[in-house]
Amino acid sequence: MAKEEQDKILDEVTQSDYKYGFVTDIENDDIGKGLSEDVIRMISAKKNEPEFMLEFRLKAYRHWLTMKMPEWAYLKIPPIDYQDIIFYSAPKQKAKLESMDDVDPEIRATFDKLGIPLDEQKLLANVAVDVVMDSSSVKTTFKQALAEKGVIFCSFSDAVQEHPDLIQEYMGTVVPVQDNFFAALNSAVFSDGSFVYIPKGVRCPMELSTYFRINAENTGQFERTLIVCEDDSYVSYLEGCTAPMRDENQLHAAIVEIIVKDNAEVKYSTVQNWYPGNKEGKGGIYNFVTKRGICQGVNSKLMWAQVETGSAVTWKYPSTILKGDGSSSEFYSVAVTNNHQQADTGSKMIHIGNNTKSTIISKGISAGKSSNSYRGLVKVTKNCEGARNFSQCDSLLLGDKCGAHTFPYLEIGNKSAKVEHEATTSKIGEDQIFYCNQRGISTEDAIGLIVNGYAKEVINKMPMEFAVEAQKLLAISLEGSVG
Amino acid sequence: MANIDTINKDFANLFEQGKELLTNGSSNCMNKAREKAFVQFQKLGVPTRANENYKYTNLIPAFDHPYNVNLRYMEVDVDLNDIFQCDVPELDTNMVLLTNGWYYGNNKTLTELPKGVIVCGVQEAAKKYPAIFEAHYGKYAKPADDGLVALNTALAKDGLFIYVPKGVVVEKPIQVVNLLRSDRDLLATQRNLFVIEENAQAKIIVCDHTLTHHKYLSNAVTEINVATNAVFDLYTLQNQHLNSVILNSTFIRQEKNSNVLTNTISLYGGTIRNNHHVLLDGEHCENHTFGMYLMDKDQHVDNFTSIDHAKPNCLSNEHFKGVMDGKATAAFAGRIYVRPDAQKTLAYQSNNNLLLSDDAQINTKPQLIIDADDVKCSHGATVGQMDEDALFYLRARGIDEKEARQMLMFAFAHEIIEKIRVEPLKDRIDALVDTRLRGEISKCNTCAIACKN
Repeated sequence: MAKEEQDKILDEVTQSDYKYGFVTDIENDDIGKGLSEDVIRMISAKKNEPEFMLEFRLKAYRHWLTMKMPEWAYLKIPPIDYQDIIFYSAPKQKAKLESMDDVDPEIRATFDKLGIPLDEQKLLANVAVDVVMDSSSVKTTFKQALAEKGVIFCSFSDAVQEHPDLIQEYMGTVVPVQDNFFAALNSAVFSDGSFVYIPKGVRCPMELSTYFRINAENTGQFERTLIVCEDDSYVSYLEGCTAPMRDENQLHAAIVEIIVKDNAEVKYSTVQNWYPGNKEGKGGIYNFVTKRGICQGVNSKLMWAQVETGSAVTWKYPSTILKGDGSSSEFYSVAVTNNHQQADTGSKMIHIGNNTKSTIISKGISAGKSSNSYRGLVKVTKNCEGARNFSQCDSLLLGDKCGAHTFPYLEIGNKSAKVEHEATTSKIGEDQIFYCNQRGISTEDAIGLIVNGYAKEVINKMPMEFAVEAQKLLAISLEGSVG
Repeated sequence: MANIDTINKDFANLFEQGKELLTNGSSNCMNKAREKAFVQFQKLGVPTRANENYKYTNLIPAFDHPYNVNLRYMEVDVDLNDIFQCDVPELDTNMVLLTNGWYYGNNKTLTELPKGVIVCGVQEAAKKYPAIFEAHYGKYAKPADDGLVALNTALAKDGLFIYVPKGVVVEKPIQVVNLLRSDRDLLATQRNLFVIEENAQAKIIVCDHTLTHHKYLSNAVTEINVATNAVFDLYTLQNQHLNSVILNSTFIRQEKNSNVLTNTISLYGGTIRNNHHVLLDGEHCENHTFGMYLMDKDQHVDNFTSIDHAKPNCLSNEHFKGVMDGKATAAFAGRIYVRPDAQKTLAYQSNNNLLLSDDAQINTKPQLIIDADDVKCSHGATVGQMDEDALFYLRARGIDEKEARQMLMFAFAHEIIEKIRVEPLKDRIDALVDTRLRGEISKCNTCAIACKN
């Protein structure tokens, strides 16, 4: 088939607009731009936090002041003026709401557009949703059904008020405040997030999900998630994101901490579809996330699954520390970049416990003028016997102006380790498209078919509802007709 | 431990104070590059681990030592031609000796070289053949990117110059023997320039040896230009004592349809760092980069490679293998860079490692940076142990475990050795590797002056 025609279709496929761009007009309660110790005290005071939280924030802030923004990532980021950001913003009406009727109709309309199952029908969908609208939790559902099992699933601020002992015990143990520039920033100013606690022996009866949404203009959202899974427990946690269209770059620095104890299992799935900026690369979210879990107990298990299609800049490396003997971790990722998007993402697996296993499957798809990098680390410490890792990082290029990069790091200190890494980069083969054409499938459909097949390995690992959304997002990111 | 600032300041002082000696005898071309590189060095300094490219090699202990520096050629007290013999059977080569980074004054005249081929010291070449020299010197190495290259360019006075004119085929390999021999601890700065013209062919074998027990630091830079349709092989055999630090930066530029094969074999040495840069600057180039390292004790080897596909339709194939024992540490970084519009690129890269002890460490970093879409690139890296099934197969046939392991290790290494396109050298390196894998020191056994390992 003619190359020009194929290029034309690729062009069409890769030039769709962001479909989730809209602004909800609600009054915001923000504290003005800038960052200082006073701002942090103000955030802490507004949230009525106990003393230890303020200390934690101040410690993080003081450390942050000594740090520089990391430059090692394969990203081009214009300098960020941290004094030009509003570090706290919450929708004004704060009264606790009991039923859906009490929720602001505009907010409800927003969620309807996003298709979040917030209304009562979601009972059938068996999903409890803790909606984070900007920085403050609006409504928590299914709290009671979960409470019966002893599961705690609430906003981070509620957890600070209601379970300060748990927060104090676990917060900052996986991602310490000094960990990195963005982690320190988040620890200093985080406004809200989710907290999950699964008690011993409990299999969480439903999939827990949150929906993050950056709303107020110029507001960096700094949320923080903490998941603690006691012995023999199980939880599947879903995180999804969309954000409205904005011209100015918005900063987002989140932290996710997961603690998995003996024989427990956590599945953490993400769909990220924040505003990627327009076709000229203007606007879009800067997404700097520190996600880390520790498999503390024996035979514990942690799985990360993610579909990343949004954000102008993504800097994200979900990692697992495999400390317990026999623990295992898996990482499945599809990252799509289009237009001027940049992504530097991957996973870290730190093997400390004996007979630990990890798998990394990363699929990158680059189109337009975007740059998509995989960066990962597999580390086997000296006293770790019988570690096993397999990593596969494939890149698919759609267009001749985009880039696909792979930067794996393997640091092996024990002879019994078996570590394999492989990566390939290629474009969709002309023979593959020819094969489809020959069987009556148009080139456009063929590209969709091939991209979906390519990503299937990852999408299959996601919970059902998410898999559907993930496929939709893939399609939207690369145009409506694909997928 | 002296900090890096002191080390950098010492070099600055050395440059300022030794300026007269440094410029004396060198051509204008070299001195001009020297000044510029020194300014760059002052900006860069000796690379530290904070530099992403030197993440796995700490150079501070290597540089933190009161070395002597030879800013002029030192006479050697014995005739090296008499005592140094390379004993590779049936390996008939054109041999040249270099001592401490300088072209050896009493090298025998190479009578068997084809007409027009030049083999001499860099200092001499700069004066005798300025047209060739100035067209190539400093054109491929990038002092602005690496403090070590800047330091070399600032301090270099001599090294080896090889010129193969258009259409000339050098049948007999040219063997370059770098000898480190001194009565004091020494920092050697060697600068080589190899120019292979259109349709020419040559093979160069470089052997590094240390002859005395003193602590050495060698910071060498080699620039190679391989012109259209030329075929060039470079084999490097590194065999030094534990107290030596070898820092090698090689820059190869390939023109259209050229074919280059390099094979770097690190048998022994204290700290080895090989920076290997290839620029494929014409269409239809072929590049094969191979390497092997066999390390034990406290040895450290770091192979840092970068293959830059600047033009379309080129092929590169890179394969490094390592066997690590004792407390040895090894690092490998392979970077394949496909520039925008370098379509139809084929690039393969692979790094395999065998770890034999729990104290050994391997850090590997295979990277792909791809900015063109119609390419086929892949890389793979493995770290592991011997295949238990293969071991069982051999044991089942009556081979004892030790011998079976030995056979498997040898087979593992042989994959790299068999790429050598000089038959006698291949056999010889096979034998050296075999003894090395048995835990013995692989000396060139009939050489009159055994290397001090």
